[in-house]
Amino acid sequence: MAKRAQPITLTQMIGGAFVVLVILTILGPLGAVIYRAEGFSGLRAADWAAVRFTLLQAVLSALVSCLAAIPVARALARRRFRGRGAYISLMGAPFILPVIVAVMGLLAIFGRAGWLNAALEAIGAGTIEIYGLTGVVLAHVFLNLPLATRLLLQAWLAVPAERIRLAHSLNFTASDMRRHFEGPLLRATLPGAALVIFLICTTSFAVALILGGGPSATTVELAIYQAFQFDFDLGRAALLGVIQVAICVGAGAIAWRFASAANFGGGLDRPAMHWPGDSPLARLLDRAALVTAGVFLLLPLAAVTGQGIGAISGLPPSTWEAALRSILLALASTALAVTLALPIALLIAGKASRAGLEGVGLLSIAVSPLVVGTGLFILIFPVADPVALSLPITGLVNALVALPFLLRALIPAAVQAEATQGRLADALGMGGMARLRHAILPRLRRPLGFGAGLAAAFSMGDLGVIALFSAQGQETLPLEMYRLFGSYRTNDAQGAAVLLMALSLGMFWMFDRGGRVNAAS
Amino acid sequence: MNLTNTTIIAAGLTLLTGAASAQTPVLTVYTYDSFNSEWGPGPGVEFAFEELCACDLQFTSTGDGAALLARLRLEGARSDADIVLGLDTNLMTAAVEAGLMAEHGVTPEGLTLPIAWNNPHFLPFDWGYFAFVHRADMDDVPGSFEELAASDASIVIQDPRSSTPGLGLLMWVQNAYGDEAAAIWEGLADNIVTVTPGWSEAYGLFLEGEADMVLSYTTSPAYHLIAEEDDSYDAALFSEGHYMQIEVGGILQTADTPALAQQFMEFMVSPAFQNVIPETNWMYPAALPAEDLPEGFETLMQPSAALIFTPEDAASARDEALAIWQNALSQ
Repeated sequence: MAKRAQPITLTQMIGGAFVVLVILTILGPLGAVIYRAEGFSGLRAADWAAVRFTLLQAVLSALVSCLAAIPVARALARRRFRGRGAYISLMGAPFILPVIVAVMGLLAIFGRAGWLNAALEAIGAGTIEIYGLTGVVLAHVFLNLPLATRLLLQAWLAVPAERIRLAHSLNFTASDMRRHFEGPLLRATLPGAALVIFLICTTSFAVALILGGGPSATTVELAIYQAFQFDFDLGRAALLGVIQVAICVGAGAIAWRFASAANFGGGLDRPAMHWPGDSPLARLLDRAALVTAGVFLLLPLAAVTGQGIGAISGLPPSTWEAALRSILLALASTALAVTLALPIALLIAGKASRAGLEGVGLLSIAVSPLVVGTGLFILIFPVADPVALSLPITGLVNALVALPFLLRALIPAAVQAEATQGRLADALGMGGMARLRHAILPRLRRPLGFGAGLAAAFSMGDLGVIALFSAQGQETLPLEMYRLFGSYRTNDAQGAAVLLMALSLGMFWMFDRGGRVNAAS
Repeated sequence: MNLTNTTIIAAGLTLLTGAASAQTPVLTVYTYDSFNSEWGPGPGVEFAFEELCACDLQFTSTGDGAALLARLRLEGARSDADIVLGLDTNLMTAAVEAGLMAEHGVTPEGLTLPIAWNNPHFLPFDWGYFAFVHRADMDDVPGSFEELAASDASIVIQDPRSSTPGLGLLMWVQNAYGDEAAAIWEGLADNIVTVTPGWSEAYGLFLEGEADMVLSYTTSPAYHLIAEEDDSYDAALFSEGHYMQIEVGGILQTADTPALAQQFMEFMVSPAFQNVIPETNWMYPAALPAEDLPEGFETLMQPSAALIFTPEDAASARDEALAIWQNALSQ
């Protein structure tokens, strides 16, 4: 056999196997729905309206989230202040909240009976209306601004301190910094961040429904729901699922066309230092960005907390059991997500042409949870009882949902690590575990912690698949919260929402702390 | 029924607990989520029936009524389900046409529905009137859909494509106004603050003060009155009458112990089951005299007319009503 230029390593083989596995786990269920439906059935005019609205709101949400994130990420990268670590962790909270909790918080501020309208009324100004396209975009920005900020912040922090020292010694001005560092860094990161947020927003269901105001704000996900639950038209549900995937692939292709790799070379991992070209105006703008984002993101959380904190001590035992179940589920699903993501990220990082492989990770955001859940049900039902497996299935789907976020965070870091440490490791003949442990993993700590935190928090807040499969005594905390709402126990439900928020945030903080070491210093 | 899997799972559970006897017959009841919550009727019903049947009653729950039907259709002939509990009259025809239902063979006595019941596949277990619930101190409570449309009262409703109350509201307007339904919806468009996926979100928004009224049931104020000792909620009386939701149960073709399933159907319309309903599901029991209702129910608003489509009419009216609704509200 001819000798390859580069030997296939064990990590790459595992990575490749996992890629195939992930594709099968995502597309298999979609295929199962198509197979069971015995082909596609046609779309209605209303379905096309849903596709149009979905694209419109997702594009707007992605643009606004990313543009608003630039000044915030920049300020966080350039400033050191007391409580910066807490600020970074806390402002991540909306992204990991269950949608209904986030919406509760937003309504307490921006709703018809919210603080903002009360204040506007008190000073005699007109009231603002949160429902409609504005409300959908507002909520999506609330949920996704933290993610955009963190993704951009990672990019800023990836600039080696040595480079900044060099910029200092060359007396770089603010505009030099923009041209040589921030411009390339944003060009490399923004398309990816915008794509991820666009994809998250395409599958929006509850936000679009609650704040959309009516049938004109129908999303593809609701159309899938209707095709499945209302008409039991699996063929239409499957076709809409395929359209959702097509939107993802199309968006992915566009985003990669605009993405270019930023390469700032290697460094010795010294902590970040003061950014050149600082001025009083820059300090003022940074402060304004941090305060505005902080108020926008934290006030709704404070409102939710205020509503529900009193009810926590009186929560029924079943809620605490559901909370424990959710914690265990989140840990298992995080472990699975990390196990899947690491070899795939290393495999992708080692390839010259990455776009196709990276698309794998994005698939799982774009596929409708309802279609995946239904497909898994169809696949599992003949061989086992899906209800008895409801928690493992939920864990698996949660891990898949988190995978794209882990990959987005890990791949650039892995590419960077290979670029900077790979040759040295090669020269030293380091391969396999030793290379991974000494050269690569230390550089993946921050994104790995961040990604694992997201995975855990997502899993805590997820109310997708469990609702399809749930059985007696297997409720997760979000499902329990919905049941409390459904039984008129609004106060208990608000208490459960605070508990859920605290646990999601706690999970995120626990994992992210490991990776945040540099970011917080 | 999938004997192998159930046996394996049952065997596993027996090994684990050492308590369950393999001889105890299992009755599997599919129902919607809130029925089987700690505060729903599920636990009380299970306790009362297991006293009678020397069997193990097991609930499997999923979403709401629509999701329940989708789940059964997905499982088809291989389902473990013996009983389905929680479809409503708007979904009955679809369930029968999908070939899911067996005849129950029970002649119920003492039904207390406002309408006659005679259906071979389903028996009712509870019912309620849809109504717009509002705070008692609301000024100028509208007395009909026309008055509501002309007023500036704000309302929250549910999406008919994802919830049974949302579908019930479509049926209400369609039943009361027929050809004029489109005009009513066009008039209501500016009153609708938003449309939510399900009842929980809508009622939550209403309690938060996002709207003056919410589509719910005439029995909702009973919860506030009895469980919270709060008499500040009312339901608006509409002069055209109120559409009914009748929740039903039936035996599935896949039932593997038909005699036990039939015993459950008889139990469902007996006092032991019916007494659980008012203060857990907050609906009217289908077979319990008014004097046996808990104190507080007598304060509830009584509609002048009970509106309802037959299951067949509801099935054929559904698509048209949805199209009218979508058109009127997409403008």
